[in-house]
Amino acid sequence: MTPAPVSKLDRRDFLRLGAVAGAGLMLGVRIPVRGPEGSRKVPLQPNAFLRIDPDGTVTIWLARSDMGQGVRTSLPMIVADELDADWSRVRVVQADAHQSKYGRMMTVGSTSVRGGAWVPLRQAGAAAREMLVAAAAAHWGVTTGECRTENGRVMHPASRRSFGYGELAEDASRIPVPARPTLKDPSQFKLIGTRVPLLDLRDKVTGSAQYGTDVRVPGMLFATCVHSPVFGGKVTSFDATKARAVKGVRDVVQVSAGIAVVAENTWAALKGARALSVTWDNGPFGMSSADILTEFARLAETPGMVANHKGDADAVLAKSERKLEATYDAPYLAHATMEPMNCTADVRKDRCDVWAPTQNPQGTQSTAARLSGLPIDAVTVHVTYLGCGWGRRSRTDFVEDAVEASMKVGAPVQMLWTREEDMQHDFYRPAAHVRLEGALDSGRRLSALRARVVAQPISGGGRGNIDGPAVAGIADLQYGIPNVHIEYCRAELAVPVGYWRSVGPSQNTFILESFIDELAHAAGRDPFEFRLDMLVNEPRVKRVLEIAAKESGWGTPVPAGRARGIAVVEDKGGRVAEVAEVSLESGRVRVHKVTCAADCGQIIHPGIVEAQMSGSIIAGLAAALYGEITIENGRVKQGNFNDYRMLRFEEAPEISVHIVPSTEEPGGVGEPGVPPIAPAVANALFALTGVRVRRLPIRPEMFTASR
Amino acid sequence: MAAISLVVNGRTHTVDVEPDTPLLWVLRDALGLTGTKYGCGIAQCGACTVHLGNRTVRSCRLPVSTIGATPVTTIEGLSPDGSHRVQKAWIAEEVPQCGYCQSGQVMSAALLLANNADPTDADIDRAMSGNVCRCGTYDRVRRAVHRAVKEG
Repeated sequence: MTPAPVSKLDRRDFLRLGAVAGAGLMLGVRIPVRGPEGSRKVPLQPNAFLRIDPDGTVTIWLARSDMGQGVRTSLPMIVADELDADWSRVRVVQADAHQSKYGRMMTVGSTSVRGGAWVPLRQAGAAAREMLVAAAAAHWGVTTGECRTENGRVMHPASRRSFGYGELAEDASRIPVPARPTLKDPSQFKLIGTRVPLLDLRDKVTGSAQYGTDVRVPGMLFATCVHSPVFGGKVTSFDATKARAVKGVRDVVQVSAGIAVVAENTWAALKGARALSVTWDNGPFGMSSADILTEFARLAETPGMVANHKGDADAVLAKSERKLEATYDAPYLAHATMEPMNCTADVRKDRCDVWAPTQNPQGTQSTAARLSGLPIDAVTVHVTYLGCGWGRRSRTDFVEDAVEASMKVGAPVQMLWTREEDMQHDFYRPAAHVRLEGALDSGRRLSALRARVVAQPISGGGRGNIDGPAVAGIADLQYGIPNVHIEYCRAELAVPVGYWRSVGPSQNTFILESFIDELAHAAGRDPFEFRLDMLVNEPRVKRVLEIAAKESGWGTPVPAGRARGIAVVEDKGGRVAEVAEVSLESGRVRVHKVTCAADCGQIIHPGIVEAQMSGSIIAGLAAALYGEITIENGRVKQGNFNDYRMLRFEEAPEISVHIVPSTEEPGGVGEPGVPPIAPAVANALFALTGVRVRRLPIRPEMFTASR
Repeated sequence: MAAISLVVNGRTHTVDVEPDTPLLWVLRDALGLTGTKYGCGIAQCGACTVHLGNRTVRSCRLPVSTIGATPVTTIEGLSPDGSHRVQKAWIAEEVPQCGYCQSGQVMSAALLLANNADPTDADIDRAMSGNVCRCGTYDRVRRAVHRAVKEG
């Protein structure tokens, strides 16, 4: 039986939660509550993540957002495994935002399992298991060591007695919560590492999964918002006469970021928005993409801040006889989540409800509290299903539009951005301009690498700070190179930038792994072996590279007209190598096969990992082949999927994913598959044509001159 | 507003909407059938795919006044309980990731199979290339279509 996800839990059932244990496990001060079906029996709720009802139902709260990366299944698996729960009795409840109860709820950086929930969720399950065992042992008058647990039961094998967890819940609830429960050895895992059926598939193939746009609240109005076409622009004045004349339009109101049209249905809101006449103060920013490139090139002539320094790259480069120099560019990218930005808000005098497909429930809650003036506890944030996330939904700009509109019209409002508003008001993957120099020694090895990275910073920090995301994937070199000097030049531009799936490595791995390939060819060496030599101290990276090479048939003949390219990354605790097999067919880049090898440490669900890797490859390919946001006079030119293309079904390569078995700490899964695909394809195209791609996206005309 | 009658999932509905309203918003806002999704509004992504008679249409660009008596089938009407062979195959192959585009994917695949008992990979390419999936579920979509053919 597949456990049914449940969207809502009775608020009465929540326990007051107090002290925080070391690893973030929230321990409860238990208050007797009424059990289900009017029973007076007390459930066991040792922490914020878990409750066991007297009927044996195990409820697990999901305090992370599922945007397709499968945490709705994988996180409950972690709790249930340590608990030795009967998986068929497990139900999952999406947690509403809470500032402290669950720890950090922000779902970014491939941290849902690694570094985030892995230990606290195991402790949550293990603590409850120990309490259940203690309750059973006390009942039987035996030691806990004589008992064991399996599939939702505590057993005493010597006397062949057993209790279901539900029968023990009340007694267990009187036992102190163990502060440091014993965790399983990985060899004891029963669910972790298995292909448990995903919990939300039925919802997603029947149309019943409720995304942000699907929220329906009594009395709700439908709205859309028009924002300044130029970054940083403000409304000077607007004429809503024509918009108000559209049938179904209820109101047109100014919000901080623009003008909201509120209507009885979405279509009326969209028509009303088109009928609006707004005068904008466009502000000082009027740059175009060409100006930005010029500015980047100028900055690249200036010394940057040192992001990595080892040995003496300057001296080695100065006297090297085999040197290579290249400049690479990567464009701004939009997230283009399938579900455009949206949020539903119902702001009342004394409370506020927000329904949002958000990666940032706590930020959504504090944003709504700030705007409405209500105390944070009066704001309930319901996290819906998310139609992709990619980092975009870590922002709360669309929440602001909804909350402000609801306040202005005094009704629940669903704020839906059009695809065009979504694409033109994004926080873009920063464009990057990188100059690199490399020196080869007499043994045809890379002896020195110097790079200067120019990009806008994503993270805060002062002018003197190095932006971690901007240099990630290039300053944190996986390769053992004796002399390294990496600098960062901070570009200050008004283009809003943000976290885009895999962040820095999404551009820097393309740049580094392409340049490494250039150096390998300059050294007259096989690009795979050239890399291997530099990975002596990185056995896990080396291994994925070897697996990808072997499984792709690296070094064996390819079909006529095709070539292979290879690339590898260590990113967010995952190590991923990819080999792409490509051709050029009637002036079009065709990627036929991608072989992927991934070491993500201990994995929770192999099917989810495979899906994330193949999905990352598709994501990275779309960006490599088509992805580019350009700016003209301060405004984004692209607006929809016709000019910001996605990879389509017929273009998808055959993908094989090879997962390295591991009991190491879990690493990231959702992102590290993205970075290697662009360089793998570009390197394959070089092998095929002799033309080096130094600017993304890859354009077929790059290869026509040489053919 | 105008009263417009249309047949959706076997039932006749009369809705009071502007005649130029795209079918998508009639389904979602007037009839509460939210399984059909808005993705682009310009018939580029396929998230809004529904059946109109025996063809697939992008409901985001189809004015409701042009539909007439031709029956509309949405994801909610494909089967009463998610038991359509395409839905079963989608679950068996664990196709969805975020799931937002999957109503459209399932509807395109269901129509392909209704009109073609044994589609080739080229047929599948043609039928499915209008449905964008940002999560990149394409390899499993292909496997699921083949499975649906095989398991009928």
